[in-house]
Amino acid sequence: MTFRERLQAWRYNLVPDHLVGEILTKRWTDNAIPFLALMATLGVFGSVIPGFFKLTSLQESTRQLGEFSLVVIGMTVVMLGGGIDLSVGSIFALSCFSAVYVFFILEQSIWLALVAALCTGLVFGAINGYLVGYLRLRAFLTTLVTFIFGRALFDILVTAYAADVQLSQASSDVLDFIGDGTFWGLSVSVWLAIILAVVTHIALTRSRPGWHVLAVGGSRRSAHNAGIRVRRTVFMTYVFSGFCCSIGGFLIACRLSGAGPGTGLNLEIMALTAAVVGGVSLGGGRGSVVKGLMGAIIVLTMTNGLIRLGYGTGTNQMVLGILLAVAVTIDIRWLKNRHKVLNEVYVAPVYLKMGETQSAAPGSGTSYELDNRLSAADHIGLGELEGPEDVILDRDDHLYCGTRHGEIVRFFAPDYKRSEVFAHIGGFPLGLAFDKDGNLISCVGAMGLYSVSPEREVKRLSAETARSWTSIVDDARLRDPNDCDIAPDGRIYFTDSTKRYDAHDWALDSIENRATGRLLVYDPKDGSTKTLLDGYRYTNGVCMAHDGKSLFFAESWACRVHRYWLEGPKAGTAECVIRDMPGYPDNINRASDGNYWMAWLGMRTPSFDLSLRHPDMRKRMTRRLPQDEWLFPNINTGGVVKFDEKGAIVETLGDLSGNAHPMVTSMREHKGYLFVGGILNNRIGRYKIEGADPNWTSPASYWGGKP
Amino acid sequence: MEAEGLAIRAKDIAMSAIGWPNWRRLNQEGIVFAIAILLFAAAALGLPGFLTADNLVAIVRSVSVLGILALGMAVVIIGRGIDLSAVAIMAMSVAWYLQLLNTGTSDGLAFVYVLAGVLAIGLLNGFLVAYADVPAIFVTLATGSFVFGYVRSQLITQDAVPVPGGHWVELLGGVRFLDIPVEVFVFAGLAFLVFLFLRYTKWGRFIYFAGDNPVAARNIGVPVRPMLVLRYVLSAFVALIAGLLTAASLHSINTRIVNSTLLYDIVLVAVIGGVGLSGGRGGVRNVLVGAALIGILLNAMTIIDIPLLYQNLIKAAILLGAIIVDGIINPRDEQTAQQGDI
Repeated sequence: MTFRERLQAWRYNLVPDHLVGEILTKRWTDNAIPFLALMATLGVFGSVIPGFFKLTSLQESTRQLGEFSLVVIGMTVVMLGGGIDLSVGSIFALSCFSAVYVFFILEQSIWLALVAALCTGLVFGAINGYLVGYLRLRAFLTTLVTFIFGRALFDILVTAYAADVQLSQASSDVLDFIGDGTFWGLSVSVWLAIILAVVTHIALTRSRPGWHVLAVGGSRRSAHNAGIRVRRTVFMTYVFSGFCCSIGGFLIACRLSGAGPGTGLNLEIMALTAAVVGGVSLGGGRGSVVKGLMGAIIVLTMTNGLIRLGYGTGTNQMVLGILLAVAVTIDIRWLKNRHKVLNEVYVAPVYLKMGETQSAAPGSGTSYELDNRLSAADHIGLGELEGPEDVILDRDDHLYCGTRHGEIVRFFAPDYKRSEVFAHIGGFPLGLAFDKDGNLISCVGAMGLYSVSPEREVKRLSAETARSWTSIVDDARLRDPNDCDIAPDGRIYFTDSTKRYDAHDWALDSIENRATGRLLVYDPKDGSTKTLLDGYRYTNGVCMAHDGKSLFFAESWACRVHRYWLEGPKAGTAECVIRDMPGYPDNINRASDGNYWMAWLGMRTPSFDLSLRHPDMRKRMTRRLPQDEWLFPNINTGGVVKFDEKGAIVETLGDLSGNAHPMVTSMREHKGYLFVGGILNNRIGRYKIEGADPNWTSPASYWGGKP
Repeated sequence: MEAEGLAIRAKDIAMSAIGWPNWRRLNQEGIVFAIAILLFAAAALGLPGFLTADNLVAIVRSVSVLGILALGMAVVIIGRGIDLSAVAIMAMSVAWYLQLLNTGTSDGLAFVYVLAGVLAIGLLNGFLVAYADVPAIFVTLATGSFVFGYVRSQLITQDAVPVPGGHWVELLGGVRFLDIPVEVFVFAGLAFLVFLFLRYTKWGRFIYFAGDNPVAARNIGVPVRPMLVLRYVLSAFVALIAGLLTAASLHSINTRIVNSTLLYDIVLVAVIGGVGLSGGRGGVRNVLVGAALIGILLNAMTIIDIPLLYQNLIKAAILLGAIIVDGIINPRDEQTAQQGDI
């Protein structure tokens, strides 16, 4: 190994590049940008303004933050529902005035003032909601107009009653407490904001109405078609926003003991900026209360900070304008390009030097030498089948296979001309096995381990295993269950080929070549699933040894077969029995003569082996070339290999013509014939094996003669 | 559904054939025009001094600047956009220009600066809308806020900036033909130009295509994105012209106008005349009708002596009514409404 190659091996095998992509798949990364912005803002202003973090200073600014946060929570909910509420400033001001009017001019109790404020907010919100929700007007313009309307009304009222409020003698301890007091060190407005934030968060993430809001915002049409009352949901978001603003208005009425022309001025653009800066998406469906709150803190810190630093009139608007433009642009670009970025960085190939192999070329004289025997196979279901990855026969000689449409098809003995859909599962049924009671067990790609009873009842056995502590992508989920076999005690051993890619992205997994394949066991007694082995390059076929004390499993991309011991001194450990094959192994099944059949889904090529030693090249390839120009394992030629208990190769069958069975993913011996399946084939082959036991069947080999 | 539609259309044709009034065909423009005429008649009869030559000139003059801004807005709205930064550009560009003059910058240089600034903001709006795919509403809201804040805090020192004595902007305000102030002619001239542009040039027709269905327009080869940029640049220059005329008639520019309801009046003039907010519909005639109604209304309210605050309330109510009517006439369908179309 040259020094350069060793460096590459270290670089690509030790640096965990793949974690970057895995982190990006997480929804919470959406929070990272606003969170960093928040930290930066607090850091900058905290260091520039002396006494920024002092208690008294914080108390005064958090009081304002409480009121503002309430408004932002309302705005966030409206935006999550796919709308926008520009009238928040007006509702805030009018609610404030209502409270002031009832308390100072009518000289009623403070609680009545609160009721007045709430009523104002709810009514105003309901008007918005009716116009936008039920009349389906455009949210932006409609609330812009109700904003002007409300503001004009407020200006008229304030001008008319300002003097009377000044002269009023009304006072109340409660009002003073709400305005100036603290409770456990925090002001009432902060407490209210926290309570409302928690309640709203729980409602949005864990309640039916909250989900409805997110559904409507995420896709209004789908929500409508799913039967959600879209109009009422939208209506309620505006009412909620009105409610939030009215509480804010009441609080500021208590704090300032009055209402002035500046009350709630520019609040709408501040709240909108806060929500967008926090990462609540325009157009709905994405965002959270926490994001809204982060945005609120950023915006308020910036605007207040600039005022305290002594910048003149207009600075606020300038900063808000920049913030809004930048945040909206980032939001739109991020939404649009997130999956592109993800595609760019997700594939993180590793270095692997494949071992030297023996030739499989015809005439090479090795035990792997391919011949043309399989081209003589009869065909079953030609043109009717798509993707029989695995084939299996039951005690009555009927033939079963999965298809890429998510069905299990049964061909009737003895001529296999007639067929029916035995069961529909979904996903892509791959490996098949019969248990003692005649249930058909199947590994369904992208779904999990399923069982189909002889009465065709489909039951899910397992779709998850225990999650490992260090995982970033959810490795509890079974992404690509591939093949299964059943031990004499009824436990089902099966493989999950990769943790990082979905079943149909197997080519990407081969290019990346990261060892994430697993061997798992499902225990029918308690329904539990356990991970036995981890860290193989695409675990594939599984087969119980004839004595039931160990099992063989294939590691496709490494071209190896391992034996896993169930009993005996080596129980629970695996050892490699065949290494450096010239083909990529797939399913393994028992043969009548005490040996094992193994499918080769494709053959190794010197070019792909070389590319495995150049992870940088493969990374560039996936980024810059279209998918159909990628270099990945050749699956246009394959074959069937027979090996014995010790792993020695007995014989090899192939189809050099390439017409009938160029690729083979499975084969099953039954009464002297070999039934051959292939995941890209349009048929099942039937090949007469010379000298095979004409009475041997797989169910009898596993579970004894007919009951 | 389709058969039903055909049946209704057939009925329409039958109705109009026998000469019955066809209420289905009555569109917003027609309604607004009728209201404007009624209002005009009522004011002429009921209000003393309304039907004098001076007052009529005053009406036209009062809506000239509004109308000019509405022309720019209409072009943008027809292309399925909106420009909320128009008033900020109008006031702040001229304020900066006058400030430069007052601090001794030469006229030519100052004008080049301002032109460059206006062009830059128009390009920025257009770029963000066209190439970054950010909704126009947010882009222009943000740039409007930025323009006001930046010019107010960095470039000028007071809210109001006076026109230097003897400068051409001041002289412009005094120019009259046939006792009619110059801004009326500018409004008329611009309206005619925009009419020619929209109706008879290829680029004008393209704006309708792009507004009606941007994706289809792009597929048939219309340069949708460059034209979007062009519209925002046009709108910015129209705003500059309106600003210069304002400064000419008032001999100063007050930047507080940005916080007033002028922006909403502009949208009001365009929308109430029948320029559809979803794009692709309307033209100069709609702007003129809208401007007529608003001009008569404002003038009548001033003559009756309704305070400014109440005038805002009434205008907002009218705008709300216009939007509701628009929503009822052109209702949105749950199946075809676009996601994120706010």
